[in-house]
Amino acid sequence: MPNSPETRAEARRLRDLFAAQGAQVIEADVLQSAETLLDLYGEDIRARAYLTSDPLRGEMVLRPDFTVPVVQMHMESHADPARYAYAGKVFRKQENDETRANEYMQVGYEVFDGQNPAAADAEVFAVIAEGLARLPVRAATGDIGILTAAVRGLQTTDARKAALLRHIWRPHRFKTLLKRYAGGKVPATRTALLAADDPFANAGSDIGLRSRAEVEARIAALRDDAEQPPISSDEVMLIDAILDLRETTPNVLSHLRDIAVDMPAISDAVARMEARVNALDARGVDVDNLEFEGSYGRTSLEYYDGFVFGFYATKRPDLPPVATGGRYDALTARLGEGRAVPAVGGVIRPDLALGGA
Amino acid sequence: MEKTFDWFGSRGVTLRKSGLDREYAGAVEGIEGVELVLLSAGEIPRELASGNIHLGVTGSDLVREKLANWDSQVGELAPMGFGGADLIIAVPQAWVDVDTLDDLDAAAAAFRAKHGFRLRIATKYHRLVREFLREHGVADYQLIDSQGATEGTVKNETAEAIADITSTGDTLRANGLKVLDDGLIHASQATLFRGRRKDWTDEQRKTLKALQTMLAI
Repeated sequence: MPNSPETRAEARRLRDLFAAQGAQVIEADVLQSAETLLDLYGEDIRARAYLTSDPLRGEMVLRPDFTVPVVQMHMESHADPARYAYAGKVFRKQENDETRANEYMQVGYEVFDGQNPAAADAEVFAVIAEGLARLPVRAATGDIGILTAAVRGLQTTDARKAALLRHIWRPHRFKTLLKRYAGGKVPATRTALLAADDPFANAGSDIGLRSRAEVEARIAALRDDAEQPPISSDEVMLIDAILDLRETTPNVLSHLRDIAVDMPAISDAVARMEARVNALDARGVDVDNLEFEGSYGRTSLEYYDGFVFGFYATKRPDLPPVATGGRYDALTARLGEGRAVPAVGGVIRPDLALGGA
Repeated sequence: MEKTFDWFGSRGVTLRKSGLDREYAGAVEGIEGVELVLLSAGEIPRELASGNIHLGVTGSDLVREKLANWDSQVGELAPMGFGGADLIIAVPQAWVDVDTLDDLDAAAAAFRAKHGFRLRIATKYHRLVREFLREHGVADYQLIDSQGATEGTVKNETAEAIADITSTGDTLRANGLKVLDDGLIHASQATLFRGRRKDWTDEQRKTLKALQTMLAI
């Protein structure tokens, strides 16, 4: 099914539909350098992608998605603004579920346009929705940008904010850290370390690349952190309130405006969301019934940093999302060697679009 | 092998090697319909999963490392009480600031910022270590393959930390390493497993039942 003639025909139809929106049709190599992906995603990518080695080029990976090669291509072309469409296979290891395909088509639509991010978000969402017009689907949306704005606005140290931001995509660790910074229990070993007259009394010999100076720097950071006042319970409640949001978009916007009264740091992010909702409305999306979840997109690969969305086949809740997408400005900054371009995109799986009908 | 033979022997099933010493075949006495094959512990998980053998004795760590969704492919019949070893994460004793996974995660973030690459953990248990660290939200590390003498990799500066099997911890200490307080990934021991393939004959199922009765498992 993932690679049947019907699936390929559907992929062509979708790609042509995207091209008709003014997107340039592009191709990408199946074999990509593993270095970039490993640098971005770390060990997790080994569990998800097929890595192989080339005697001359080193570690290579069968592309697990198109986003990274498309961004690289765009950064080299210096075209701006630009819209791209593509259709091709991606390859994903399935370590836990044999029934899920490990090789399937993806058809994507990506917009690199910083003029009006709200309009670009709405455009991608609407174009993907149009591709799925024949299929009964439910859309879910979220916005990682609201959560990051809330964390950046906390009344606490930059070190704590950085630690929390680093774990936005690991909800469990995020929660543990937030609890600790809010005055929760500190591990006994850390209390003992900070109380010791000579922390290095039982240190043994220095071995390995991580130097004594690095250990001392961390102890200094821990000492500094121990002296900081806890994050207030009010602020923790506001973060929890954002994470627990799960309602229709107008209700969520209303809640967020309430939260912004106590946490003005999210005002800009909420204003951006409002602009996006208006842009979606202008595109004919039924925003009054559009679902929004405060935690949506936090467990996927960590490159979405703004608007995120997914479409699910209502008749087949057992299937993975038929389409997914979102904004990934930060990824272009990391791949662009200093240059960043606002970017948003989405992909449809034509096999699931057919299977979910 | 001797300990496995003793375990079965004390329960009334005699296992022994047959013929020449170098031959990897054996005999089973005390029950009909059971054959003995001698394989290296590392091959047994795969052979069980493929159905080439029906029962196997190997380390519970090897089954978990080598088989995806191990419990859908093999079943645990009896832990055998020997061959105990812990798969743990160890870091240099000189890292007085690192005692927990939480510390390791923070140290990894600072290490990557300073050195420009992810903190390296040497291991041969890639799947188990990766799943464990993902579950506990540790980031900014990479796994380096090490099939032997893993404790030495930190001193040789090919890794910053290790994940390896240890029974007493002596070798770790001798190499200037310490185990993280919450760094126990899996407490392994020799275990009797059965394959879960559906193509067992009724005869084979009866034999297993008889064997389980004799072994009282």
